[in-house]
Amino acid sequence: MRRGLAGLMGAAALLLAGGAGAETVAERLPACLGCHGESGTSATEGVPSLGGQRADYVVTQLFQFREGQRTAPPMNEMAKGLSDDDLRAFADAIAALPPAKAAGPAADAALAERAKAALAKHQCTSCHGPDLTGQDAIPRIRAQRREYLAAALAGYRSNARPGYDAAMNEAAQDLKDDEIADLAAYISGL
Amino acid sequence: MRSSLSVGLAALVASLGAGMLAPLPLLAQEAAPKAAAPAAAPAAAPVDKGSALYGRPEGAGASKLAPISGPPLATAAAKLPLDKFKVPEGFKVEVYASGLANARSMVQAPDGTVFVGTRTVGKVYAVLPQPDAEGKRVVKTLFSGMHRPNGVAVHDGALYVAELSRITRYDDIAGHLDDPGKGTLVTDDLPKDEAHGWKFIAIGPDNKLYVPVGAPGNINMPPETHAQIRRMDLDGKNAEVIARGVRNTVGFDWNPATGQLWFTDNGRDWVSEDIPNDELNVLTEPGRQHFGFPFCHQGSFTDPEYGWGHSCQEFTPPAALLGPHSASLGMRFNTGGGFPEGYRNQIFIARHGSWNRTQKIGGDVVVARLGADGKVSAVEPFLTGFLQDNKYVGRPVDVLFIKDGSMLVSDDYNGAIYRVSAAQ
Repeated sequence: MRRGLAGLMGAAALLLAGGAGAETVAERLPACLGCHGESGTSATEGVPSLGGQRADYVVTQLFQFREGQRTAPPMNEMAKGLSDDDLRAFADAIAALPPAKAAGPAADAALAERAKAALAKHQCTSCHGPDLTGQDAIPRIRAQRREYLAAALAGYRSNARPGYDAAMNEAAQDLKDDEIADLAAYISGL
Repeated sequence: MRSSLSVGLAALVASLGAGMLAPLPLLAQEAAPKAAAPAAAPAAAPVDKGSALYGRPEGAGASKLAPISGPPLATAAAKLPLDKFKVPEGFKVEVYASGLANARSMVQAPDGTVFVGTRTVGKVYAVLPQPDAEGKRVVKTLFSGMHRPNGVAVHDGALYVAELSRITRYDDIAGHLDDPGKGTLVTDDLPKDEAHGWKFIAIGPDNKLYVPVGAPGNINMPPETHAQIRRMDLDGKNAEVIARGVRNTVGFDWNPATGQLWFTDNGRDWVSEDIPNDELNVLTEPGRQHFGFPFCHQGSFTDPEYGWGHSCQEFTPPAALLGPHSASLGMRFNTGGGFPEGYRNQIFIARHGSWNRTQKIGGDVVVARLGADGKVSAVEPFLTGFLQDNKYVGRPVDVLFIKDGSMLVSDDYNGAIYRVSAAQ
């Protein structure tokens, strides 16, 4: 975790040193992928994979970082100087990366059964889609990093992470701790 | 108590599927279901009450429906969908202001400045009245980082801003557009629920502040503190509940003829493609009326879960039905003189547009026409075109008649405000 954060700060410095607008998005993107993973799959603990992420979702998250609505220190710093056009350009570039690949092991039968029950109970696929790849501003969560998913769900549940709109804060209210653990383990292995 | 209108409502439900009731030609046309796939069997797995999606059936049709949150960035002025909009002959529509991401509820100050709240981007804007040399109005961002500051009101030179669970007053706002300061707390004695927590507010002819508290979810038994409209003194004191059984109102205004409060109310999701309708309601006996939620919807449909043991006769019926899932939000009486005489004192209603429906409806501004008896005689389209090929190119939130007699319409999808006026 410590190494991950140091890497993030280094990347932030790199990006900021370049100066917003001084380079093309293609030139600035590697600084993002230093932590988020060059191939779209993050190998950094706590840092989400971004490959194939929905552009509309990326825009809302970068916006929330820039405006301080969502707190994640390296990202708040990184997003500070970005223009609206920058947000769109980064989002489009990120959406074009290859979809994230499952890092963890595939779920065993018992876990899969529990997780599928939780998916049905909380109607996750209603918005995230039957294959959990998202739509429009609703994110791809398939094969996302396990600890990131767990932290996101817990953050929505406690309202520590206010969504861009209230949908996930509402949906997460009824999640139990073991359901969060099962969902994170299962979805990360898809 | 039950008027002929409520008989009409009963007839409506009886005739669902065979076309809708006569006074709503627009809705009849738009709501005609296009051979919708039969709903799948309800989910076998129990779903926790209070979940945002409580009530959604399993099935491929339902699983394609999800709330739509507009982008956090405003559409460039040149790319606004102005050419898609249609207004009746004799009117024109133009861009009043652009670059206001997520523009929602509006109010105009006596000096002409229009204040605009937002729901998802934490900002409140001020649109200065005079366009610059290029015809573009300056938009100032008054506040950033607020928590769902959807509601704005103006009184005695002060701006009132309603965040999710707090209302703040900013005195002499005209003199402090660049430094409005921290303001004075009016009240924070409000629930903190995210669901239906954002607020429309207004100050009534009685110089009191009117504040809704929505139901904390799609369909549930609300606590005593929710699903209601309150009014309070301008300093937040002496709050009282004036209307109960209100699921979520995001727009209201006072009838200039009667002084009574009229308000829109958003109906529950998931129960069906075609019911319940959103409601237009009238408060005739403050503090004594219950408008049905969660027991009865649209004045005629008892809830499949909470309606048992109840009759819709127990509740105040709506004055008009505004279409299933249409998300009827802002509404105002046209008390100005800028529109032709036939539109004077009629009710203009912004329908944000449905998400909980396969064939979307709404995405327009409709006029509820009042007959000589003061009751709604028809609901007609006025400004249409936000919905194209079952996709939104914009979504109207609020309507506001301004001092020059024209009507502003906010669009939170594009972050813009349009102006509709009678063509010269």
